[in-house]
Amino acid sequence: MMQHLIVFPVVLPLVAGILLLYQRQGLVRYKRTVSVAATVLLLLVAIGLLRQAASGEITYYALGDWQAPFGIVLVLDRLSALMLLLTAVLAVGAVVFACAGDDEKGSNFHGLFQWQLLGINGAFLTGDLFNLFVFFEVLLLASYALLLHGGGKARIQASVHYVVLNLAGSSLFLIAVGILYGATGTLNMADMAIRVAELSAERDGLVSAGALMLLVVFGLKAAILPLYFWLPKAYASAPAPVAALFAIMTKVGIYAILRVYSLIFGDSAGDLEALEQPWVWWLSLATLAAAGVGVLAARDLRLLVAYLVLVSVGTLLAGIGMRSPQAVSALIYYLIHTTLITGGLFLLAEMIGLQRGKAGTRIVKGRPMVQGAALAMLFFVGAIAVAGIPPFSGAFGKALMLNAAEGTQRLWLWPLLLLTSLASLIALSRAGSTLFWRSHRGTISGTPLSRCQWFGVIWLLSAAPLLVAMAGPVSSYTQATAEQLANPQVLIRTLLPDAGDAQ
Amino acid sequence: MELLYAMTTGVLTASGLYLTLRGRTFPVVVGLTLLSYAVNLFLFSMGGLTTDGAAIVSEGAGFADPLPQALVLTAIVIGFAMTAFVVILAMRARSEVGNDHVDGKKEDRE
Repeated sequence: MMQHLIVFPVVLPLVAGILLLYQRQGLVRYKRTVSVAATVLLLLVAIGLLRQAASGEITYYALGDWQAPFGIVLVLDRLSALMLLLTAVLAVGAVVFACAGDDEKGSNFHGLFQWQLLGINGAFLTGDLFNLFVFFEVLLLASYALLLHGGGKARIQASVHYVVLNLAGSSLFLIAVGILYGATGTLNMADMAIRVAELSAERDGLVSAGALMLLVVFGLKAAILPLYFWLPKAYASAPAPVAALFAIMTKVGIYAILRVYSLIFGDSAGDLEALEQPWVWWLSLATLAAAGVGVLAARDLRLLVAYLVLVSVGTLLAGIGMRSPQAVSALIYYLIHTTLITGGLFLLAEMIGLQRGKAGTRIVKGRPMVQGAALAMLFFVGAIAVAGIPPFSGAFGKALMLNAAEGTQRLWLWPLLLLTSLASLIALSRAGSTLFWRSHRGTISGTPLSRCQWFGVIWLLSAAPLLVAMAGPVSSYTQATAEQLANPQVLIRTLLPDAGDAQ
Repeated sequence: MELLYAMTTGVLTASGLYLTLRGRTFPVVVGLTLLSYAVNLFLFSMGGLTTDGAAIVSEGAGFADPLPQALVLTAIVIGFAMTAFVVILAMRARSEVGNDHVDGKKEDRE
């Protein structure tokens, strides 16, 4: 049983999704029960896997018992276990929030939600480059449909851009995988790392072309500067629980960059070592600057949060660009914080919009809110955490990032990161004071929010104090993760025990 | 044969890219389809082009690399599903927004 645990994060949402497709309309209670139960079960599985991976041992699951490099393997190390747990925590908050009524605005919400989880979990676990493409497609197909959930002009507009861009991205992904397969003759990432190390010099150009094309694809998912224009509109128009789940989608791109370039193009890759580093570093800084401007310019709370996601993408990529174990450790800590907090803020924006009636989430004067005080408290916690002010988790994450920068990197990163923090702070305090303090006079009307929604938001935003309270264990785990990533040889030896003899 | 194959792939990619960058949804959909054809051909050629090779393993020399074939098959299936989805999406955008421009603009910017 225990050795099969690794495949559960893929199988569980798949089975749950099939059960949920049983009937399109009706059976609301049944669907909600199955979906929430499956997500909570996923959380328990993820906790079990994290405990298994925390020992530092790398375990893998060979599907159909076909051993690597011939079969497809699911690999569990510290990083993938952490990402699985993060996805599950986020999903529990989002799915409970959706049970308040968002799920019935269109058909098949819960089934698609589970399949989105299937794609995300698969992308985190797989050890095979083509399989990564397949899981990317699974999560994208689910996300296309989820983005359209509920319909409406703005969503369809945003979807057209999102779908077309991602289809072009998928073509690029296939070309890149094809080039890498043609040059190295394998698709297994661990095997590819060995082949790249032994590559003849004439194929260097081909492999680096393939590798940089992969960077474009992952950059499109992660939303790096020239490729981020789809994000604000798509995230701002998506239904709230979907937008919250999308908070992990950009992190799938970041995970893929981290995984592929630390494993395949690590220390042993010779001339090709760290070929992505200059690109990622400079583009991350440019992303930070552009996102800071976007945050200041946003006139809608949801758009503001979407730009805050971009700020976090820039910060995380800068961590990859620094390419030291210390920076990777800092970025993983920041990644946990930013995923949960921005997810929570998307949910909170929806609640604020519901209470304000016609004014919605636009940052203008509106009618007073029924539960304004409680919402304002949550907004305060979320805003402080995301802007990076003590005492909440954002401050810790940013301090770790700043501390990890060395030499001339400080010269660029410090001012940019601190200025975007300032921009976020200004934008958030402006938004908060308009939303909560500058309301029209008049009687308070509107209905109180459902308990599911409160649970979803508090569940996600409680990460802000919790990550600080448990900063010790969390950061020692992220440090161990960064060390494991810096030594890909362990993973390669686990997957391919015979590889040492061949060399 | 290599030259012909490379030229076909290249022309398909170029046409697909050009059409994808157009302003109306129909050319974009056709462009994405051409792009996926080009990608399938490209993937297929990555195992190396051989003529008269055995389809499955044979005694002695030359058999075709089975992996690119499997990849192409997967890519075709996914490509079909995606094309079907994008066609439906384009039709819904046409009916909701009232025109077939990708940005939903009223005026004709072609």
